[in-house]
This record gives sequence, C-alpha cells and structure tokens, in this order.
Amino acid sequence: MTDTALTHAQPEKPGFFTIATMQKAVAFVVLVALLIFFSVFAANFAAWNNMVNIMQATAVNGVLGVAVTLVIISGGIDLAVGTMMTLTAVMAGIVLTNLGMPLPLGIAGALLSGAAMGGFSGAIIAKLRIPPFIATLGMMQIARGLALVFSGAKPIYFNDTPSYQYISPESSITSLIPGLEIPNGVFVMFGVAIIASIILNRSLLGRYIFALGSNEEAARLSGVNVNFWKIVTYALSGMICGVAGLLVSSRLNSAQPALGLGYELDAIAAAVIGGTSLAGGRGTVLGTIIGAFIMSVLTNGLRVMGVQEEWKIVVTGVIIIIAVYVDIALRKKM
Amino acid sequence: MSAAAKAHAATAAGSSGDGPSDTLSKVEMRAIEKRFPGVHALRSVRFDLRAGEVHALMGENGAGKSTLMKILTGVYHPDSGEIFVDGKQVTIPGPKAAQDLGISIIHQELYLMNHLTAAQNIYIGREPRKGFGLFVDEAKMNADAAALFKRMNIRIDPSEEVGNMTVARQQLVEIAKALSFNSRVLVMDEPTSALNETEVEHLFAVIQDLKANGVGIVYITHKMDEVKRIADRITVMRDGQTIDTVPAEGTSMARIISLMVGRELADATRAEGTGTETEMLRVAGLNRGKAVKDVSFTLRKGEILGFAGLMGAGRTEVARAIFGADPIDSGEIHVRGKRAMIKSPKDAVTLGLAYLSEDRKHFGLVTPMSVRDNVTMASWQRFTSGRMWMKDAALRKTSKEYVDLLKVKTPTVDQETRLLSGGNQQKVVIAKWLLRDCDILFFDEPTRGIDVGAKAEIYKLLQGLAAQGKSIVVISSEMPEILRLSHRIIVMCEGRITGELDGKTATQESIMTLAAQGWGKAA
Repeated sequence: MTDTALTHAQPEKPGFFTIATMQKAVAFVVLVALLIFFSVFAANFAAWNNMVNIMQATAVNGVLGVAVTLVIISGGIDLAVGTMMTLTAVMAGIVLTNLGMPLPLGIAGALLSGAAMGGFSGAIIAKLRIPPFIATLGMMQIARGLALVFSGAKPIYFNDTPSYQYISPESSITSLIPGLEIPNGVFVMFGVAIIASIILNRSLLGRYIFALGSNEEAARLSGVNVNFWKIVTYALSGMICGVAGLLVSSRLNSAQPALGLGYELDAIAAAVIGGTSLAGGRGTVLGTIIGAFIMSVLTNGLRVMGVQEEWKIVVTGVIIIIAVYVDIALRKKM
Repeated sequence: MSAAAKAHAATAAGSSGDGPSDTLSKVEMRAIEKRFPGVHALRSVRFDLRAGEVHALMGENGAGKSTLMKILTGVYHPDSGEIFVDGKQVTIPGPKAAQDLGISIIHQELYLMNHLTAAQNIYIGREPRKGFGLFVDEAKMNADAAALFKRMNIRIDPSEEVGNMTVARQQLVEIAKALSFNSRVLVMDEPTSALNETEVEHLFAVIQDLKANGVGIVYITHKMDEVKRIADRITVMRDGQTIDTVPAEGTSMARIISLMVGRELADATRAEGTGTETEMLRVAGLNRGKAVKDVSFTLRKGEILGFAGLMGAGRTEVARAIFGADPIDSGEIHVRGKRAMIKSPKDAVTLGLAYLSEDRKHFGLVTPMSVRDNVTMASWQRFTSGRMWMKDAALRKTSKEYVDLLKVKTPTVDQETRLLSGGNQQKVVIAKWLLRDCDILFFDEPTRGIDVGAKAEIYKLLQGLAAQGKSIVVISSEMPEILRLSHRIIVMCEGRITGELDGKTATQESIMTLAAQGWGKAA
C-alpha cells in the first residue's frame, strides 16, 4: 500500500488541484458566469449603482457566513447567528442612542454582547453536552426575544450619531480616489474575512478548530482542553456576528429588533456553497465569501430581470443542492 | 424471477471456451488483474475454493486479499481474468449478482441495523407479507429465522434487538443472513477480531457445521493458531500476487510467515533486563463501575509491564481510568511518588502520562490532518508565539526530526495521516507522545491492524524506549506479544487482577490459567 500512499502525496502549500482549491475555483467560475449572464440578459445589472447594492447586501451575509464557518469547521453549527446579529445591533442602539455614549463604546457594546452570547452557546454545548443544533436553536429564540425586550419592540435610530453611517453605507475611499464609490461595509467584510482566515490558518485556535471538527475525541485524548476551545470558538463567532450587527444597523440607520430570522440559513448556505463541510473539519473563509457573493448576485440579478420575488428563494435552494453535489462529485474523483 | 433464474442471468457471459481445470472447485478465479490509479493491486492472481472446505487467505495488510474478495463479491470488477462458479464462467457485475450466485461476505465491521430484531435484519428488503402485501408477516419471519438458527445449531431469539446482542451473536446473525440467501460460498473477513475465546470456539463449531453441509468458506485472518485449527488449505498473497497455496496440515507457522513476508522471521525472543527500581506510577484500589475492581499495581522506570487477559477483562478500562478519559469511582494514583488528581486527559498529559488507543483512527489520530499536525498536536501550545500564532516552520522541523527518528514512512510531513499504513500511523501516535515528553506510556493493542513485518519494528521501538528509561504498559490480547515484550506480566479477569508473572518464566499456559479464572463461576 506504500504505492498508494505515495501517489496521494500532497504538498503542504496545497497545490492547485487540492479539493479545497478546486472547489473554490468552481465556485469562483460560477460567480463570474452569473455576473456575465446577468450583465448580458438583465438591463442595468452591470450599472455601478447596482454593483454597490450587491456589495452592500453581501457584506452582512458574508460576515455572518464567516462567523458560522468557524463554528461549522469546529464540528458544530450555529443557528443563532441571525438573531444574535439583531441583538448586538440593539445593544449598539441602546449604548449610542438611549445612553448617548460615544461611537467606540457602541461598537464595543455590539462586539462584546456578541462574544458573550456566542460564549454562552459554547458553554451550554461544551459543559451541558447539549447538541449544537438544539443549543443554538434555543439561543436563536433567546436572542430574538431579548432584542424585542431590550428595544421595547421598536426600532432604535442612530440619528444622534451621524458618524454611525461610516461603518457601512458611506464610501470613505471616494475621498482617496474620487469617482470610485465602494461602501465601507465591503471593506469591513474583507477585513473580517482576512482576520478570520489568518486566525483559522495561522493561530493555535485555528488549529484546534480543525482538530475538533475532524476528531474531537482524539484531540481530547491528546490532552487538549476541548471544552475551553469550543467556547472560545463560539465566542469568536458571536463577536463576528456583532460586526454583522453593526453593518446591518448602520446600513438601515437603525437597529430593527424584528430583523434576523432567516439570516442564519443564508449564512450557512454561503458557507456550504463555498465548500465548508457540515460534517466539520473542512472549510475556508474565502470559499464562504465567494458563496455569499453568489447568493447576492443571484438574488439581485433575478430581481433586476424582473423575476418574481418568490422564485428567487426557489433558485437559492436549488443552488445549495447543486453546490453540495459538486462537492461530493469532486471528492469521488480524487 | 426465481433465484436460480437470476443466477442464470448473472452467468450470461456464457461458459464457452475452456472450462475450469479442477472440476471439484466450487469457485475458481484465474489470472485476475486489477489496477487502481498508481497501483497494480492484483497481478495474475489465482484462487480456488472447494465445496465444504475452509480455505484461509493470508497476507500482510495491502497484499491484495480484500481486493480479490471484493472482486469475488461483485464490489470491484477485474480488469481481466476469469471467474468460474460450479464450472461455469461467470461475470459478477454487482453484489446482488454475487448473492444470486450463492456468494456472501461477512465483513469485519458488521452491517446490521441495531434497532431491528435479528429476524428483521435477516429478511430486510424481502420480508414475507400478508394482508394484500401491505403488512409484514412478523410471525412467519420469526419462524423462518428460528429455523435458520436451528439449522446452525445456535440459540438466538429471532425477536431480540440486534443492538442488545454481543458482537459474537451479531456475527452469527450475519452468518444466518448469508445462509438465508442459500449461500454456498461464505467469505469471512477476520471474523474473530472482536470475539473472546469461548465465542471463538462457538464460531468454529458453526463453521464445522457449515463445512459438513458443503458450504465453502474463504477465511481471511492474521491469526496463525486459528488457521492451524480450522483451515484445510492456505493461500498466501503478497504484493498483489498469489505466492502459494498449501495444505494446512504439515505446513509450519514459520513457513507461512516466511511466505507472507518473503523472509524467515527469527523465533520470538523474550524481553531483556528488568527495568530499574525507581517507581514511576503506583495505582492503589482503583474502581470504576463493573469494569475495574480494586486494581493495584506499580510501574517502574525503564520497565515494560504487560497487561494480559481475555477480551473484556477490563484492561483498557484501567488504562482509560488512570488517564482521566473516564471518571473513577475510587482509588489513588501516585505519579513519581506524588499523589496525583487526574480529572481529564489534560491532567494526565501534564503529568507525563500518555494513552495510545487500539483504535488509532478514532482515538489516536486526526486522520484528515497532516503528519506534522498529528505529531505536534499534544504540544501545539509550545509552538506558538505569545500563545497565539503557530510557528509552522518550527512545527515542520520538529515533526521531521521525529518522523526520521522513528522511521515513519511518509513522503513528507505534510502528508495526510489517513494515507499512511497502520504501522506508520502507530509511529505517528508514538511520536506525538515522545514530543510531549511523556514518559509513562500506555499502549493498548500496539500492533492491532499492523502487518507482520511492521510489528517487529514496533516491538523494537518499544524496547528501545524502555531502554531509554520510559515506563511502558502494554495491553495485548496476543500472548506471544505479551511474552516477547514484558518484563513483568499482570493478568486480569473480569475487572480484577488475578495474578502477576515474571516475564522470563511466564508461559502461554500460565497466563491463560490466570486469565480464565472466574470464567467457570460466570458460566
């Protein structure tokens, strides 16, 4: 069998033809194909205005996708990312509008509340041994309810904090390169993606995330404090949900407490389309970002083409199934 | 379509050309060739099976035994070659066709549905019906299953859930299922790997019965003593080729081993030296449920302490309890003379203890990760700057050193661990613990699933570690392994230590006597 072992030799810097790379390549090709298709067949799709729309829509789902990707690679799942995002937005609203504190404290409020909620989910999963699906299903409702309670079920506006706009819709790059308009939120998303990617591939936490997702018991028997790292993973994921909360509320100039349900499914879909395995142990941040772009290009493109809103949902479902099938097919070939 | 008609359909390739040379053969495979990408798995392999014989198929891991049997049972298709069943040339396009030809396989891992009863498992997909075919005729199904069990001379309740049975009984259900298809050829892949001695006896009795009824059995195994007992003929494969087929009677074990490895192995030797007087580990009055009862022992520096016993004697449970993998009810553990409170594997590792599970794929390795990551996993914290960022260059350098030190065969340290052979995977696990500076090592079945040649290498490695002052516990069900490695031998039976033997004077008989104590009472 040494022969087989040698033929499967894979170099460290994964060569171009590793499955992960292939998958991202396939996803990227699909994205480009969609862009070309809609540019040709949907009038005004290619307009810069519309591109800005797509990017802004992707920013929120992309960041949530990254949050859930970390958890999925660690062998878990987080259904609460959508409503945790909403609760963090409400927290920012309370700090900034209700308490009248300065912007940095509002940002800190969103990030810390996200980390706390994520950490809480992680603790329930690790210490009480409640399956992640159930624990985060509970957390999803808890966060949703708390967002309504804290806000009094009314939107909180950020009119007192004009600088809040700079988090997402404003385009700071325009002052550097006149004429170019890219909302800040897009840069925030790429920033989050890069940091998460570095954490995943270069940090101790990242290494443990992969080990937990691949074989938790082997990691435990290696002396790894499995519970601790699980909690840290969920906390980090929750903190990233806080970023998404800032983005979405900045874009709407308000924290909308009723928002959030359904976002978790889009986030998970982005991760899956990008090649993250729901079985854990496998996935990339870049893939998730591409997945998020595919979803928003599709949604936007179909809308511009005048396709009925409801059909978009159907198409999204089909895309998810195709993406997973491509994954399976690629894997069989290797 | 009747089973016979289906079988005929499967033989559609026809029997033109020359017939089989040996008219006695139930099954004959000739000049079988199979290539996988990058591997020539089978080279002109021949194999034949007579009705009513047990034909042992032996060879090191990767010799091609499984591939050959997968071809016989329709899982793989040969690139070329001929297969004859009952003198007629056949093609076997899939498992269903094999079944229709009366060929069944009992896999090492059983494929049963735990929440269904024995009868439901046997007749799954072809349940007898009643009420216009809308309902399952449970009564008839149970009666049919009971009749099958009776034919096999075994007592199993057809309505018992399979999940509640021992592995041995589950295996008998699998055999009954095969027979329910009127199988005349039965392939058994390491059927005794999870059975205790009594269960093995029982299985052998069933096999004798099957033989007497004219069923031909292909018996894949690594265990010499079993082959000696039940095989009529032995075929040895090596590197995808049939090396030889010999009668079991009058062929020595040494001869078979030499056929398997291509060289003669020196007779098993005994451990040298005794270890030192320094006490490294002392366990007193350890209890855990029914599995571990009042276990006390000491382990010295540089010593190899063997833990012998039958399957289920509680040896693995002792190791796991000491290592903090399972909670203990009571007992004291002293490490290097100090009382140790071990609540989790993390505590144990911090104290320099390591546990190497028999099930490396589930408990020892993270197989989709690289050799580098697996070797360093228990020590990752050491390879960080500021406890945050991994120092990958250092990881690679260090893991390379250990891979070289233990002679792990891998193209690079970046190879995924799942692609390594069993022996090399075991070395990766050993490297992990050596790098973590563990000096009290528990080896649970250190050579399970490792082929003969690599075994000797693992033995040398363990002896070398002991000579360097590591303290080693070896848990093994293979008595020659215990005898070869241990300075001292502790024998367990039903959760208790039943005796201690000197490694130099112990014999298989003396171990067996202690290991079987209490068995009479239990029965």
